[in-house]
Amino acid sequence: MTNQQSLNSVDMLLNMGPQHPSTHGVFRMVLQIDGERVMDVEPYIGYLHRGSEKLSEGEQYAQIVTLFDRLDYLANFNNELVFCMAVEKLMGVEIPERAEYIRVILCELNRISSHFLFYGTMGMDAGASTPILYGFRDREKIQSLFESVSGARMMHNYFRIGGVKEDLPSDFFENIYWLLEEIKQGVDQADSLLSFNEIFLNRTRNIGLINTEDAIDFGLTGPNLRASGVSYDLRKNDPYSIYDRFDFDIPVGDRGDVWDRYFVRIQEIRESIKIIEQALKQIPDGEITANVRRIARPPEGDIFVHAENPRGDFGVYLVSDGSDKPYRLKIRPPSFCNLMALRHMMRNAYVSDSVMILGSIDIVLGEVDR
Amino acid sequence: MAEEEITESVSEEEEVSEELDPIIVERISILENILSSYDISITSFLGEINIHIGRTDIIDILTILKNSPETLCNLFLCLSIVDYEDRFEAVYHLQSTTLNHRYVVKSSLDKDKPLISSCIGLWKGSDWYEREGHDLFGVIFEGHPNLSPLLLYEEFEGYPGRKDFPFNDYKEW
Repeated sequence: MTNQQSLNSVDMLLNMGPQHPSTHGVFRMVLQIDGERVMDVEPYIGYLHRGSEKLSEGEQYAQIVTLFDRLDYLANFNNELVFCMAVEKLMGVEIPERAEYIRVILCELNRISSHFLFYGTMGMDAGASTPILYGFRDREKIQSLFESVSGARMMHNYFRIGGVKEDLPSDFFENIYWLLEEIKQGVDQADSLLSFNEIFLNRTRNIGLINTEDAIDFGLTGPNLRASGVSYDLRKNDPYSIYDRFDFDIPVGDRGDVWDRYFVRIQEIRESIKIIEQALKQIPDGEITANVRRIARPPEGDIFVHAENPRGDFGVYLVSDGSDKPYRLKIRPPSFCNLMALRHMMRNAYVSDSVMILGSIDIVLGEVDR
Repeated sequence: MAEEEITESVSEEEEVSEELDPIIVERISILENILSSYDISITSFLGEINIHIGRTDIIDILTILKNSPETLCNLFLCLSIVDYEDRFEAVYHLQSTTLNHRYVVKSSLDKDKPLISSCIGLWKGSDWYEREGHDLFGVIFEGHPNLSPLLLYEEFEGYPGRKDFPFNDYKEW
């Protein structure tokens, strides 16, 4: 209401959500619109707040892994990895080589699975109903492989402090070979079906722009930041786990519009396939868990560990007082920060594009609200 | 007083571990140089550089860390509030996307009236973190334009992030 409009136009408030199919979860935004233009937008979050951080203070370290599954529920393995790495770093645990490779393979598969879902919903937001079927088809194959490994499609609780729960099943390597072939076909299909489609390009090019300085200022990370032209990927910039052993590229966009954010993710699927193929060649035999006490008691101190999740820079700040439960656990959810830039991206966009812009940020409310 | 205690305990653990990485030593000496006129102490723990702030305005330190060419912390990673027995602590994690440095800035807050300057003018990305800190811990960020509830609802009473919040016998209805 602050900005004075010309005499005969009156701003209207349009409420979207919390139950709205295109908000990708229970998220509400109030659009202040002038005709077809969005003048301002006020996001409201917190509908899914479960107090995960506070809950963690009452659980033992091994139990917290299950809470991390439920944050970013499309990238369960990546979340588990960050928490386990934080505790391991504080305890000074070296985890076996085989466990590191298993973790990397599963995390990269999870990234592909998450990006396939994004591909589907992006098409859906643009009004194309075919991609979501193909996206879910390819994602489901990956989730089935996860089920064969951990026993659950999602919410795996598979990573342990010091390694993983159990070794890969005997037919894993045969299955993943065929899976990767199918994923490659799926990505090619995505490119031919949606990426360079004339109508899709018209809907996504030069919409929801955010430039490099603003993107960093708002704390964007992950594909959203790289779409604005910043080559910042923790797997390269500050390699954790064993990512320094693999040869892969960081796809970067040039304009920071909706299409860039979409296409960076499609390219990332190909890079993840590269990493998995190299990891499958290098994976050694051996132990899968380090010799860690069943009830972990990290020494007193605090540590911040972050890693590259499908949605960006996922971090954990862990304060330990030497007991079997954390004193304080703070989560840095990438979607939370990415969502802050929504207001900036949506200003002066058309109402019909607002759904595309929200979809291109690829939020997961489970980690926004925690 | 309390802050000195935690500094000592961190430096004790540092002595137990092996000698410091030369890169960390170099970065600490650079930091001590550019922050020499302020009341701070710098420690290192497990490869992280912690800057403990004494009686200095935190905004001065954060501005230098953001703008100085040796640090260039352009990405605001995280703001955590920790409820210790005798004080609150605001912990800022700052990252440089170009130099790949990460710094931790810690500032103690009064237990009865937690008050700290808002850094929303430096990084817009600190907005919701500060609202969350106000929402869950009752920390007041001076200069923040809108400290309305973010994760909790308007009528919620109390600060559930704090240790003394009755978590187990809380009844919603």
